[in-house]
Amino acid sequence: MDDVLFARLQIAFSLGFHIVFASITIAMPLLMVFAERLWLRTGDREYYELTKAWAKGTAILVAIGAASGTVLSFELGLLFPTFMRHAGPVISMPFSMEGFAFFAEAIFLGIYLYAWNRISPRLHLFAGVIVAVGAAFSAIFVVTANAWMNYPQGFRIAEDGTFTDINPVKAMLNPYAIHEVAHMLVAAYLATGILVAAIHAFILLRNPQSTIHRKAFGLAMAMTIPMAIVQPLVGDLSARQVARFQPLKFAAMEGQFRTETHAPLRLGGIPDLDAMETRWALEIPGFLSFLGFGRASAEVRGLEEWPREDWPNPVITHVSFQIMVICGLILLAVALWAFFHWLFKGRRLPDSRAFLWATVLAGPLGMLAIEAGWTVTEVGRQPWVIYEVMRTKESATPMPGMIVPFLVTLVVYLGLSAAVILVMYRQIRVGPGRTAPALAAAATEGRAL
Amino acid sequence: MILPWITAAIILVALVVYAILGGADFGGGVWDLLASGPRARRQRELISEAIAPVWEANHIWLIVVIVLLFTCFPLAFSVISIALHVPLALMLLGIVMRAAAFVFRHYDVAGDPVQRRWGQIFAWSSIITPLFLGICVGAVSLGSIRIEDEVVLTGYFGPWLRPFPITVGVFTLALFAFLAAVYLTRETTDPELQEDFRDRGLMAQLWVAVLALLAAFANRADAAAAQLLRGVWPWIFVVLAVALGVAVTYALFRRRYKWVRVLAAAEVATIVIGWGAAMVPYMVAPDLTIQEAAAPPHVHLLILVVLFVGAFILVPSLIWLYRIFKREPIFEPVERERVGP
Repeated sequence: MDDVLFARLQIAFSLGFHIVFASITIAMPLLMVFAERLWLRTGDREYYELTKAWAKGTAILVAIGAASGTVLSFELGLLFPTFMRHAGPVISMPFSMEGFAFFAEAIFLGIYLYAWNRISPRLHLFAGVIVAVGAAFSAIFVVTANAWMNYPQGFRIAEDGTFTDINPVKAMLNPYAIHEVAHMLVAAYLATGILVAAIHAFILLRNPQSTIHRKAFGLAMAMTIPMAIVQPLVGDLSARQVARFQPLKFAAMEGQFRTETHAPLRLGGIPDLDAMETRWALEIPGFLSFLGFGRASAEVRGLEEWPREDWPNPVITHVSFQIMVICGLILLAVALWAFFHWLFKGRRLPDSRAFLWATVLAGPLGMLAIEAGWTVTEVGRQPWVIYEVMRTKESATPMPGMIVPFLVTLVVYLGLSAAVILVMYRQIRVGPGRTAPALAAAATEGRAL
Repeated sequence: MILPWITAAIILVALVVYAILGGADFGGGVWDLLASGPRARRQRELISEAIAPVWEANHIWLIVVIVLLFTCFPLAFSVISIALHVPLALMLLGIVMRAAAFVFRHYDVAGDPVQRRWGQIFAWSSIITPLFLGICVGAVSLGSIRIEDEVVLTGYFGPWLRPFPITVGVFTLALFAFLAAVYLTRETTDPELQEDFRDRGLMAQLWVAVLALLAAFANRADAAAAQLLRGVWPWIFVVLAVALGVAVTYALFRRRYKWVRVLAAAEVATIVIGWGAAMVPYMVAPDLTIQEAAAPPHVHLLILVVLFVGAFILVPSLIWLYRIFKREPIFEPVERERVGP
């Protein structure tokens, strides 16, 4: 295997690791602020304990997210220095603004986590709001930079290959950013919401009387349900934008080898590159043409129109896309179940064991969908790092032996993933409301090395 | 062209702030590792409490440095990323492990061997990052990275795996440990703990001085050595840094803690700014100048506008953060809880 492939695997793995924590960082502050607001309004101490328990979990996950995000910003250069050499100034606007969003997030998170006794409750809540807003803006800016890689604009390529007439503002005000940002933000709230709901649902299955977990479950579902219903619409917008601006990626996503009108939507299936067709898919005639271009008679361009060396890997792109769509549909079903129950059964969420189990099982699907969705975006853009401007292999580092940093990254991140799961499990097992004296004593003892 | 000089100066300022704030957090890890005596446990607690609310905000300064580098000086960023891939990757390993181990230890529920292990990882990874950060700084200033037509000619180990960069790495570590010890004297009202960190601060200051001299010798002995100490400006900073070092030492020695934090931060700032002044006009000595590495001027202008606007959000926020947590010693072993809204 070659060094470029290992560089790609390393950034893929780093991004796949980071995105989970980044998504949680975006959404958890919002949940905490909701819970704290309810505490301040109702005086119900359980909301206070819930806020504190969530804040502790968030502190752990945000720290991992911040560190792995730092790694990514260096890795852009360590792995793809030629890309950054040319793209850095062009995408300077979103990246420099992201720095400030990140600052706001980190500063106010420190205040939020540690200044409970030092500032007034209203200021404390305000700090939480700034964390939530800062995190959302970080996501907006970073995804905007990614949108530029898919829809590069705001520069011209000179004869010697350098980028001239750089216009960072135009590069940032990118039509591709709108759907990418919307899709990612909704995904972050949705995936985190369902994950949190699943954890509390699991505890409720064992301990149905727990009122605090019922409140937590309710709050998490309140965030999940609207997001799960909105996401297919945002996803549809995204697919139409891809169909318009990146027809090759669209063909790979949908397993569309031949150019045809009345193209069918393929559910499932594995693209067969030799036979130039997608096998074993459930086909809905004409529906792909309709989804992509608004009418069943529209022509969808197939992979055959492009030279083979310009194709992304159709198998990975198509299968990842299917995984994302299926996860989204399952989450939509769970959300609709809850929504209609709420609508028709006296404004209450369903609390049957069947529904709790459905939530538990759906818990990881949001994160799985995010991973699959980013795989579609990134693998689907290959072989380009900047779409139709710079190839990934031209941008990679000349350093040999890239398998070594890749393996180190793999081992470190796998180990950290296991550790995070262990630590979070221990946090959840102790549960909210039993925080202060017993734990402090235990913790103090623990530091006696 | 003036604009690249301004952005380069801002990068230096961000690096200074990272050193005096983020550096001290790493220095805390050194003292966690070296915690000893009857108060070892309390020393560790103090370090942990002092770092916890601010370390993430302090860490962002490094991201500011890196973002400004790749947006305003993309050629320098790509050259450094290629030539110093290995030490940068190791520095990142330290950053990730430090962050993870710190929160795992700080928040983990039980005082068991798992948690103790995280404490050790926190301490060791706090050493890795300053060491390799210093090695990278040493390598870009030494002159051992050679570039022609934007291509790095020197290898992946040679430019940094040599005496001068490694000495600068150890020097950086000592400097950060010195900062942490001095800051910690002001984080507690417990006179015994204060005494512990006063002793450690004095010891670290001695190490800083010895390593600075060693680095000067290592620089002289290296064939690639760029002439960093030419002209009068670098010497002004050397003299100033020595004066500040003497002042901190005196204050610590006489147990006059009121100004030690400011003096120690000023000493470190002088060293970093002095390094910046010595680097002029280079970004990567001796083949890449600030002007050569710079993006087009209007990009710098746009970035300056973003920084100017962003500062209105950043500065008040930072002041609030530090007023809350760093105005008075806050160390109390058991957390108080606010009850009721």
